[in-house]
Amino acid sequence: MPQYKAPVEDMMFLLRDVFRVEDVFAELPEQKDNDLETIGSILEEAGKFCSEVLYPLNAVGDIEGCRLENGVVRTPDGFARAWKTFSEAGWGGLSAPTDYGGQNLPRTVQILVDEMLSASNLSFGLFPGLTRGACEAIEAHATQHLKDTYLPNMISGVWTGAMALTEGNAGSDLGLLKTTAVPRPDGSWTVTGSKIFISSGDHDMAENVIHLVLARIPDAPAGTKGISLFLCPKVLVNDDGSLGARNAISVGALEHKMGIHAQPTCVMNYDGCQGWMVGEPNRGLAAMFTMMNAERLFVGVQGLGVADASGQTALAYARERLQGRVPGRSGTVPIIAHADVRRTLLSMQSFIEAARAMVVHTALEMDREKFHPDAAVRQRAGENVALLTPVIKAALTDFGFEATVAGQQVLGGHGYIREWGQEQYVRDARIAMIYEGTNGIQAQDLVMRKLMLSDGLPVRTYFAQIRQTLADAAADSHAAALAEPLRSALDLLEGVTTRLVSGDLANNDDRNAAAVDYLRLFALVSFGWMWVRMVLACAASGKALPEACVQHKRAAAIFFMQRVLPQATALTQQIGAGAGSIMALADEMF
Amino acid sequence: MTGHDAMKKILVPIKMVLDANMRPRVKADGSGVDLSGMKLSINPFCEIAVEEAVRLKEKGLAEEVVVVSIGPAKVQDILRQAMAMGADRARLIETDQPVEPLAAAKLIRTAVAEETPDLVILGKQAVDDDCNQTGQMLAALLDWPQATFASALHVEADSVKVTREVDGGHQTLVLPLPAVVTTDLRLNEPRHCALPNIMKARKKPLDVRPVAECGVDMAAHLNVLSVRPPEARKAGRCAANVNELVGDLHAAGVI
Repeated sequence: MPQYKAPVEDMMFLLRDVFRVEDVFAELPEQKDNDLETIGSILEEAGKFCSEVLYPLNAVGDIEGCRLENGVVRTPDGFARAWKTFSEAGWGGLSAPTDYGGQNLPRTVQILVDEMLSASNLSFGLFPGLTRGACEAIEAHATQHLKDTYLPNMISGVWTGAMALTEGNAGSDLGLLKTTAVPRPDGSWTVTGSKIFISSGDHDMAENVIHLVLARIPDAPAGTKGISLFLCPKVLVNDDGSLGARNAISVGALEHKMGIHAQPTCVMNYDGCQGWMVGEPNRGLAAMFTMMNAERLFVGVQGLGVADASGQTALAYARERLQGRVPGRSGTVPIIAHADVRRTLLSMQSFIEAARAMVVHTALEMDREKFHPDAAVRQRAGENVALLTPVIKAALTDFGFEATVAGQQVLGGHGYIREWGQEQYVRDARIAMIYEGTNGIQAQDLVMRKLMLSDGLPVRTYFAQIRQTLADAAADSHAAALAEPLRSALDLLEGVTTRLVSGDLANNDDRNAAAVDYLRLFALVSFGWMWVRMVLACAASGKALPEACVQHKRAAAIFFMQRVLPQATALTQQIGAGAGSIMALADEMF
Repeated sequence: MTGHDAMKKILVPIKMVLDANMRPRVKADGSGVDLSGMKLSINPFCEIAVEEAVRLKEKGLAEEVVVVSIGPAKVQDILRQAMAMGADRARLIETDQPVEPLAAAKLIRTAVAEETPDLVILGKQAVDDDCNQTGQMLAALLDWPQATFASALHVEADSVKVTREVDGGHQTLVLPLPAVVTTDLRLNEPRHCALPNIMKARKKPLDVRPVAECGVDMAAHLNVLSVRPPEARKAGRCAANVNELVGDLHAAGVI
């Protein structure tokens, strides 16, 4: 039967050999005591928890799903118990501030644990993920009283969080939203409106759900500059911290979805409920977007995690399934002997391992942005994160979804039936391409905004870093062999970047039409960069790495350069074609 | 036994081994298993021993749990893990040499002499060499009663009642304290460590001392002739009939 094992060794390879995180953390006063041994034991224990507690609930949750009974959401059997275990073990507080009961560990560690959560049980992983997002918004923008009232119980998992943005007519364009908030004499607000697609909107796992709701106050300007953020608890909290009356919040319906069946995605009704403003009036979207980079990194990691879970099953199956013969081997062979199956497995692995490296690279920049003592370093790191966030979100979920389809394909008919779990990964992975800003929106963000950020300094810096690695690669024959294909692809990427920023494609339609292809090209070059860095790290790590790991990395890197990165040429042509063929056709001719 | 007359101390000797999920590879020169770069973990039976000791402490039946291990500096990882599970402090007897069971038992005896525990709980064997000797040798060296392969353990006044898994079923022994107990798989299921306890374990005391200070003869008394991986399974074939099968089995010398 399928199993999930957290890839702790690969994570530690990245932390120890590729990114040397002890050196990075040494520069961050709050994080300087985080040694590899401690991080290793945290990842080890989190991995055990995910494999042994959350993974066995994944298929159960998919089949049973959430139910709405008399206005109350019931989660699948075992979820409430798992949440209690998760919370009591303190996992919800990993990167939360110590003032409110958290451990203040780096984002880099958090995001690797998030990968395990997503891989073992995507539906479950959303509960702590959203709760953390809500906590970060409250911590950054709410009054001290709200922080003291809500953060400790949310961080300990006694309560959970939900983010209520989308409405029926306001999705990608939140400026259209209609939910209202009217002031009350005591300083709180009356919030009225209806929201859809609210993940973890209600459930039976914790005694309270804290909603962060976007709404308009009276006389607010139209559009996104007239949106404020409100904290609305499902159950009102008394002055002494105990729970009081039910707030006027109810579940209108549960959405019926393609995947993540165990995650209660709710239609929420706020029927004149009591709320408290978080942050400034009409600055709600900005407050919400404070943690948007972190949330989008989290969603990208969901694509990576589910891909890895599917890849592990595909690999185990390919080693055991006996079908067909190959020249030079006697008898029926395990299907891993067939070139096409090997190609499929390597296509998954060459994505997964490079994507994990990209995640660590980006999370370390987030840690610098948050913890570095030098404001200039924080500023630059923040810009680098801003540049990479849409790439991580969209590329890891696009490629991640493709990987789950590949993982399904390895199992043939057994991938299509439920028993092996491969079809669930395909359905579950699909949502990550859509929510938290669709991947199309991410690509627009990259091409229309992030390339131009700070006059293009972050993207130029990024390309310069890659060129530096290409120079370093000469020191190791294995890495040097990878440098030429990566250099060619980087040349293509830099070429179209110039055309989009200031050349013949620097107009709205061409940029818009190029965006998705451009993001993919950007991601492929980034993965190639990570492969060269990983192969260089293999040479530098001495005896710390098992020989089998070194051989695997070198082979997967060559595979990536020879059989994945050549897509860069086609993508460059597609981008270069411009929007002409797309825009020429009249709407009614489609 | 109630809280106020709880055992003062339980000592839990633990061993680091190649992680049970890793595929062992033999060194090219056939001298042993290649551990370089491989994942090393606490021996599963030792983890059960730590769990049992911590549970006794949590029930108020013991005041302190001390873990001890022998090996290179890397062994600190499993000592920290044991402290994350709930052990109070740790001792590392540091050596890069191989440690045979008798030397291990003698080194643990030096820790017993300093710690004077009421109870020593060990794993029944380590999954690397499967020797199943250290606990027995330790009991003999100390001249303490021993109960091996424990599947249940109850602390009573000045004694422990241990249910052992033996070939014919279960055997129950009562041992006066101090005593040595070794754990079998069914004794308990080790816990998942809580994150705050992992963080706290970093600050718990860990005493490191070189093996040379222990005055124990570390010379090898066992001579390893060669280590090799198990023979790969050969391809089978279908016999045409029973007579042919019996003939083949005779020819192979297996019947």
